Amino acid sequence: MAADPLDSYIDVVGKALALPIEDAWRPAVKANLEVSLRLARLVDEFPLPDETEPASVFAA
Amino acid sequence: MNANPDELSASEIARSIVGHRMTALSVTEAALARIAKHDSILNSFTDLTADRARARAKAIDAAIAAGQNPGPLAGVPFAVKNLFDVQGLSTRAGSRINRDLKPSSRDATLIERMEAAGAVLVGALNMGEYAYDFTGENVHDGPSRNPHDVTRMTGGSSGGSGAAVGGRLVPLALGSDTNGSIRVPSSFCGIFGLKPTYGRLSRARSFPFVASFDHLGPFARNVGDLALAYDAMQGPDADDAACCTRAVDPVSGLLAQDIGGLRVAIAGGYFQKNVFPEAVEAVARVAKALGATKTVEIPEAARARAAAYVISTIEGASLHLDRLRRRPNDFDPAVRDRLLAGAMVPAPLVDRAQKFRRWYRAQVLEIFKSVDVIIAPATPCVAPKLGQVTFMLDGVELPVRANIGIHTQPISFIGLPVVAVPIPLQPMPIGVQIIAAPWREDIALRVAHALERMGVAAAPRPKEF
Repeated sequence: MAADPLDSYIDVVGKALALPIEDAWRPAVKANLEVSLRLARLVDEFPLPDETEPASVFAA
Repeated sequence: MNANPDELSASEIARSIVGHRMTALSVTEAALARIAKHDSILNSFTDLTADRARARAKAIDAAIAAGQNPGPLAGVPFAVKNLFDVQGLSTRAGSRINRDLKPSSRDATLIERMEAAGAVLVGALNMGEYAYDFTGENVHDGPSRNPHDVTRMTGGSSGGSGAAVGGRLVPLALGSDTNGSIRVPSSFCGIFGLKPTYGRLSRARSFPFVASFDHLGPFARNVGDLALAYDAMQGPDADDAACCTRAVDPVSGLLAQDIGGLRVAIAGGYFQKNVFPEAVEAVARVAKALGATKTVEIPEAARARAAAYVISTIEGASLHLDRLRRRPNDFDPAVRDRLLAGAMVPAPLVDRAQKFRRWYRAQVLEIFKSVDVIIAPATPCVAPKLGQVTFMLDGVELPVRANIGIHTQPISFIGLPVVAVPIPLQPMPIGVQIIAAPWREDIALRVAHALERMGVAAAPRPKEF
């Protein structure tokens, strides 16, 4: 069976950010990431004009 | 007048003290005695500041004896969620890790302002770790317990604030609300809570969670006390970058104004889904009392909740990144695993969530052109049992922890002011959100006050406390 790409992603990003992820925590981290990505996808799917500013706007 | 401080509101306590019918010291001692008697069960306090409180109370009594007026909260005991800096205490924010911080050298701005109005700080309160919580459970300090049924959750993350006010230990408490952490414990513990407009009250010298969502605010057992505390804490503060520069906008004198001209609508769609019958009943009671028949659809509320979730998890992860590297085993595992996952959400998705937030804000502000108040459930259900992991919502088994705040998140996402009002259903109370346009706390508080006068909203007395 092919490895789940999300497992590879957790490995790579965890290393890039120097985050320790013990094997025992991995299922919960993965489950939480799946929820976050599912919800982020809901936002991603929503079309916004290119000109849309983010909620926070820098003021000099 | 009932001279038992356990039964008095904050305003009655202050009037009695200023009127020489009680002393601030006797009120402080009574609060400390109540805490000593009941908090082994409620587990709402993590720190007592008894010596400081007695010294402060004596100073107030001395000021009154000298003919001075110490302020509208003269001698009123209050406590704060333990993410507020309290001089001499390490700001633990519900964590094990932060106990290693140096003791704070100065109080949070809101504590200073409460004390400037005469209030007396008696301690710091239990909370969910780093405020990433809706339950009021804490693996390090144990759960705060619901005063109406100690086998149930207080809600969180300001769980100790809910238990201490609902359990009659103090008449006022302060907490924080990032995604619902004032409104959820208010709902579960049957008390009033105010989440003001984002930027209205200073967060200076409090431990953050999600900078763009964090609010601080008061809890009380009646609307007059809530307004008194809110008025005492308003005002600009250069120490909080998000704190507004608006002039103080007192509301206490406005509460009794007629609300007949206000346009009240019920939140439809998303806010009528995923609710238990008790939440439906509570909203119906409020709607009936206010004569509200119109329903408004807050567009894309589910997406707003999703965006709030995403921004919370990445801002939380960013805040704690170094602690996750250095001390991962000292976190509550449930909090740690969510934060680790939050660190891995790709940046473009977060940027899109912040852009969606601006779009959504514009849509909701458009609604407020034709409506003054929106009413919605504060929680989908009454307080679940401590340790309960899932509940059935609309026939689907869902995790309790993540879903308690589904009706609060789309509102704090754009910083709207909300008063959570307790509806005294039996056997457990539940809250309703009274939501107003930005900077219109006065309207939300006036409506809450009207509901209180009609007997629809009330903080029920727990049987045991």
